[in-house]
Amino acid sequence: MNDHDLELEHERYELFAGPTYNFNFNRRQFLKAFSGGIALIVPVSNLVAHTLQQEGESGRRSNERVPDDIGAWIHIDEKGTVSVFTGKVEIGQNIRTSLTQAVAEELHVPLDTIRMVMADTDLTPFDLGTFGSLTTPRMAPQLRKAAAAARETLITLAAEQWKVEPASVRIVNARFVNHDASKSLTLAEVAKGQKLVKTIPADVATTAAKDWTVAGTSVPKVDGRAFVTGKHQYTTDMRREGMLYGRIVRPSALEAKLVSSDTKAAEAMPGVVVVRDGDFIGVVAPDRATAIRAEKAIAVHWQAPGQPGNDELFAYLKKNAEAGRARPVGSVAEGMAAADKKLSQTYNIAYIAHAPLEPRAAVAEWTDGKLTVWTGTQRPFGVREELAEAFHIPQEKIRVIVPDTGSGYGGKHTGECAIEAARLARASGKPVKLVWTREEEFNWAYFRPAGVIEVNSGVKNDGTVTAWEFHNYNSGGSGIQVKYDFANQDIQFHNSKSPLRQGSYRGLAATANHFAREVHIDELAQLVNIDPVQFRLKNIKDARLKAVLEAAADKFGWSRKKDEGRGRGIACGFEKGSYIATAAEVSVDAKTGRVKIERVVESFECGAIVNQLHLHNQVEGAVVQAIGGAMFESIQFKNGQILNGKFSQYRLPRFSDAPVIEVVLLDRKDLPSAGAGETPIVGLAPAIANAIFDLTRVRIRALPLAPNGILNRG
Amino acid sequence: MPNVTTLNVNGKKLRVDVDSQTPLLYVLRDYLNLTGTKYGCGEARCGACTILADGQAMRSCVTPVGRVSDKQITTIEGMEQDGKLHPLQEAFLKADALQCGYCTSGMIMAAAALLKKNAKPSRDEIVKHMDANVCRCGTYPRIVKAIEIASGAAKEVAE
Repeated sequence: MNDHDLELEHERYELFAGPTYNFNFNRRQFLKAFSGGIALIVPVSNLVAHTLQQEGESGRRSNERVPDDIGAWIHIDEKGTVSVFTGKVEIGQNIRTSLTQAVAEELHVPLDTIRMVMADTDLTPFDLGTFGSLTTPRMAPQLRKAAAAARETLITLAAEQWKVEPASVRIVNARFVNHDASKSLTLAEVAKGQKLVKTIPADVATTAAKDWTVAGTSVPKVDGRAFVTGKHQYTTDMRREGMLYGRIVRPSALEAKLVSSDTKAAEAMPGVVVVRDGDFIGVVAPDRATAIRAEKAIAVHWQAPGQPGNDELFAYLKKNAEAGRARPVGSVAEGMAAADKKLSQTYNIAYIAHAPLEPRAAVAEWTDGKLTVWTGTQRPFGVREELAEAFHIPQEKIRVIVPDTGSGYGGKHTGECAIEAARLARASGKPVKLVWTREEEFNWAYFRPAGVIEVNSGVKNDGTVTAWEFHNYNSGGSGIQVKYDFANQDIQFHNSKSPLRQGSYRGLAATANHFAREVHIDELAQLVNIDPVQFRLKNIKDARLKAVLEAAADKFGWSRKKDEGRGRGIACGFEKGSYIATAAEVSVDAKTGRVKIERVVESFECGAIVNQLHLHNQVEGAVVQAIGGAMFESIQFKNGQILNGKFSQYRLPRFSDAPVIEVVLLDRKDLPSAGAGETPIVGLAPAIANAIFDLTRVRIRALPLAPNGILNRG
Repeated sequence: MPNVTTLNVNGKKLRVDVDSQTPLLYVLRDYLNLTGTKYGCGEARCGACTILADGQAMRSCVTPVGRVSDKQITTIEGMEQDGKLHPLQEAFLKADALQCGYCTSGMIMAAAALLKKNAKPSRDEIVKHMDANVCRCGTYPRIVKAIEIASGAAKEVAE
């Protein structure tokens, strides 16, 4: 078992729905989709097993049995079009580009000859979902192997046509050329008349990162032009013939039950269909304005149970906590006994919202008993399963298609909107579009979990941490393990009862766990009067962690004298295969107490870099998004009501919040590429908290740190 | 108020027939199929719906169509001319100033309004003008860079 598996085991949110394995894209479906040409198949077992297992004989087979469990496939059709089929979803992390790079590299064809077919449950093989920063470490290497195998197969075929040795044939700019380039063939000429299926051999060689020429370069977003011209069709932009507009009548509070409703006035409106099914009430109308009028015309009486609010949240989470699973390392009791100084502190984490700028949306259409739904989700196959369950129909009768989506950040794993749109479409017999309002997105989606974290530790005067006891209540297990060299540890995650619906979020609980850990480390450093960077280095053996910490400190100028009126803080960590260190500088307005982030340096190492430009963009973006959760984002709620569920009440990071951000990317071509969409978010909050302390001697142990400045905290 | 029956959009006079109180955003999206202009919040707090009316940036989600029926409206679809991208569109690509792209139309339109009244804005002026537009992916530094590239203040391409 490696680190990834450990993290997924910890992280319950990722696995809340559906089976891990689902072999729906089977031989039958594949053969239907495969009309001719050449196909290279990546079996699911390769994707989940991490290392390629030898299956049966070595795999140098052609036209072999198609496996039952297809994870991805590359198809070169008889016209020479290269299509790559993967269930992954593009939500702004730019994997459409990075996966194209991987395939182009191995196939030796230009980027624009490759078409990525993504996240369409009828066309692409099953995929658990796009989360956990797994596309780059798991999908990309497999597609790379498939592309390399495709190249070798094509070369063999070209060589056969010319009756020459395959070794004398090369691919240059999507053309096959013989030894002296006197003859050439296009992809189409080689693929024509073929009907060849191969499972990728176990021993196919791919290009080492140090020899990459396409991957590892800053290829621009492959379809960037469609976005800057407004032409890209998100789900919210779709239109189907005869399409109606839907609206949902929402309950008065979370978990409210419908007591009575009067839908007569709405039903009397021309073109309006009202759908009642249990506690579900929705309307459809030929236009949006009528749909809104109809929704508002429905009189509803709800009964809501009482619910805990913010005031009681942290006590509630503690009170309802389950026992954690202890997996102690060494003995915390002995470590405490050996300590010169001890420290016990509690850290609180608020619920925050993903607030993807494109809200949940779906267009649903029933044709001859088959349901097609276009929707923005990170789990197309999970949503298909939810739909099958909701409508009691087999999954084969459902197709979920995900257009490249207006972001997710872990917030779009579920299919509420798809189910609602499908219910309305079934009742009205027409395609229905449902776009959640911003308020619906705040009230009826889910949040990053709130949490309480308690840390008890012991330290020697020389800076050696002798004991580390860490309890996380409700927030989650991601990033809970330390990369520090602590001899005695007891680290536990405790499930609890959440008053609000909660789920995944970019980096999951790694932000909360890094916050508590890295602030506590800072407190220990202060306790024994050692510089925070030196204190950390004293407790680090891991060379990669040390490298990012030193890189950030160097770039930041940690050893330089501090500027007047500025505070500085640092934090480091590890999560999902990548390493991060963040150094921050803050100032505080003496009158208002407003904290200003002046400068952030973030170093990041995720193995071999696939695309410098987009990695830089991801790291920078994560720092900006992190400002929200660190400084001011917090869901306010009481009695099942979200009290700040709109943009005029929920503060998001804006242009003026973004500091100067300097990104240091460490490129380790000798290491496999890890994902990078999440981990860069975890370092900012503790770095800022530590910087605020450095400047003001005010130690803040709660996220958000300073929603109202640090004079009037709360 | 009577219905609005014509709108000047991207240099063309277009026929519609909508209640004058309908938000411009939905007239563009639902009736004219100009879906580049986005819904983000419905209360003029995110700027995804930004368009130009007689060169001024407006939040189309809170603008009744009756208020702009006599104005020249420009949406993101009107920025590209004869297959040639607007300098801001080019600059957004150069600076990689987008991730999911959902805020991009509004950002480009807000920036276009800025450059119309201030051809060479300072960094502070850019930040101040753009502050009401939200990019949840956090590409603000790149958008600033893109506006600087489009204004000629910056040549280099962001890393």
